[in-house]
Amino acid sequence: MKQSRFDIVSNSPVALNTFKMLLRGDCSGFTAPGQFINIRIDGFFLRRPISVYDFGDGCVSIVYRVAGRGTEALSRLSHGSLDLLLPLGNGFDVSKAGKHSLLLGGGVGSAPLHALAKALAGAGKRVTAVMGFNSAAEVFGEEELARAGAEVIICTLDGSRGEKGYVTGPMQGLDYDMFYACGPEPMLRAVEKTAVSDGQFSFEERMGCGFGACMGCSCETKYGAKRICRDGPVLNREEIIW
Amino acid sequence: MVNTSVALSGLVLDNPVIAASGVFGYGREFAELYDINILGSFSIKGTTLLPRFGNPTPRIAETYAGMINSVGLQNPGADKVLEEELPNIAKIFRKPVIANVGGFSAEQYALCAEKLAAAPNVGLIELNISCPNVHGGGMAFGTDPAAAAEVTRAVKAAVSKPVYVKLSPNVTDIAEMAAAVEEAGADGISLINTLLGMRIDLRTRRPVLAAGMGGVSGPAVFPVALRMVYQVYEAVSVPVIGMGGVSSAEDVIEMMLAGATAVEIGAANLTDPFCCRDIVNALPAAMKKYGIENLSDIIGGAHG
Repeated sequence: MKQSRFDIVSNSPVALNTFKMLLRGDCSGFTAPGQFINIRIDGFFLRRPISVYDFGDGCVSIVYRVAGRGTEALSRLSHGSLDLLLPLGNGFDVSKAGKHSLLLGGGVGSAPLHALAKALAGAGKRVTAVMGFNSAAEVFGEEELARAGAEVIICTLDGSRGEKGYVTGPMQGLDYDMFYACGPEPMLRAVEKTAVSDGQFSFEERMGCGFGACMGCSCETKYGAKRICRDGPVLNREEIIW
Repeated sequence: MVNTSVALSGLVLDNPVIAASGVFGYGREFAELYDINILGSFSIKGTTLLPRFGNPTPRIAETYAGMINSVGLQNPGADKVLEEELPNIAKIFRKPVIANVGGFSAEQYALCAEKLAAAPNVGLIELNISCPNVHGGGMAFGTDPAAAAEVTRAVKAAVSKPVYVKLSPNVTDIAEMAAAVEEAGADGISLINTLLGMRIDLRTRRPVLAAGMGGVSGPAVFPVALRMVYQVYEAVSVPVIGMGGVSSAEDVIEMMLAGATAVEIGAANLTDPFCCRDIVNALPAAMKKYGIENLSDIIGGAHG
């Protein structure tokens, strides 16, 4: 982990209440898709942990939902620089992928699947991404994911785009040997009930530090307590206690 | 050359900056970032006799100029800390550390303190009788002078290393608490632990923290902590370790003027992981600016 200042290159809406920010700086530390950064925002005591959408070529991008006052303040920034802690967390383990990986994203939880799809497709793996949103207005990243080499299936709860319903619907008709899931916990629980292969889940939790010091985001696993920020956010399916 | 050294019951620190318990783990995460030997010392994660997972999440909420936590003393238990964590600390930190001890009865406090005091790199015991985040213990001992005195006596009887009692600010009369533990044999007082507080999520209309309430820390509590250190300094003759929202070298000096011999830094480590290193480095210039040659000369200097 490093503390580093990054310049804001761009920050613009990509869907309803959803923004994409491109930051320029030293990204040499990233080791895996699914890691996150912790952003200091002026006027707020705690940093905001945000998952990484993509990284490389001296830039890191994030896609985030405006969920409270902190992310709202973040969404108003158009230039200047930000104090980041990065990279944080373990990220997805692409070495676990077999021939066909299924990527499952819920809402803004789909963000880290972009870099994951790129890494897997780049390694010659077949990738299918199923992304679920409340409605068409919230959909983002579909074309970029397809360009990265993934077959993309969109689901919306209200049926305004793609298949109507949850990501577990299309999931049941697919033949896959590994899955990677990121989204709200009810979605992850539904994926756990539906999945027929080994898999990894990326979890979200309120954090104090983001780098393993405060025990603010601990969870119990079959192998003892783990810190979502440091030992996660990605956990293996077999170790999770639901 | 300015002199930053201070002494706590015979334990000489190169400087008064101590990373506080609960924000520094066992030092490992910070040792990856900088050489933690620059610190005066650090206080290890609050340790109980038996392992504890702690409270359900969310354990963290934000507030203006601070945060609220309800971690609930998550720790691997005294045996594992003694056998694994303290020897691991010795590899990355060559100075004595402070062993922060929690518990649910006077006997448990004494047994846990006795185990940890056996480690050669434990310089002093910090008795946490003030954790607001565990039921049936912790703060219960820290809000009743008689119970606080009883725990202090039990631990003093069990260990020969200096015992500092960490007080809760959630009391009406902090000076009475300090006097009670001094009378019971405490070698020093550390304060303040966190202030009990809460936040409510407007969307769900429920408390943000799973435990409902938690401990407030960060710059928001600094004036409260400073006032209590000032009051305790007048009430006791043993050394005081001051803490609560300290985030700069100037804050360290202010806390010492109120009566602190050393100063612990907590929440600031979580948002700025390099803050303790930076504060130690900033101390000499801040001392020069305010005409201080020997830092220990200013302890309690604000009292008439």
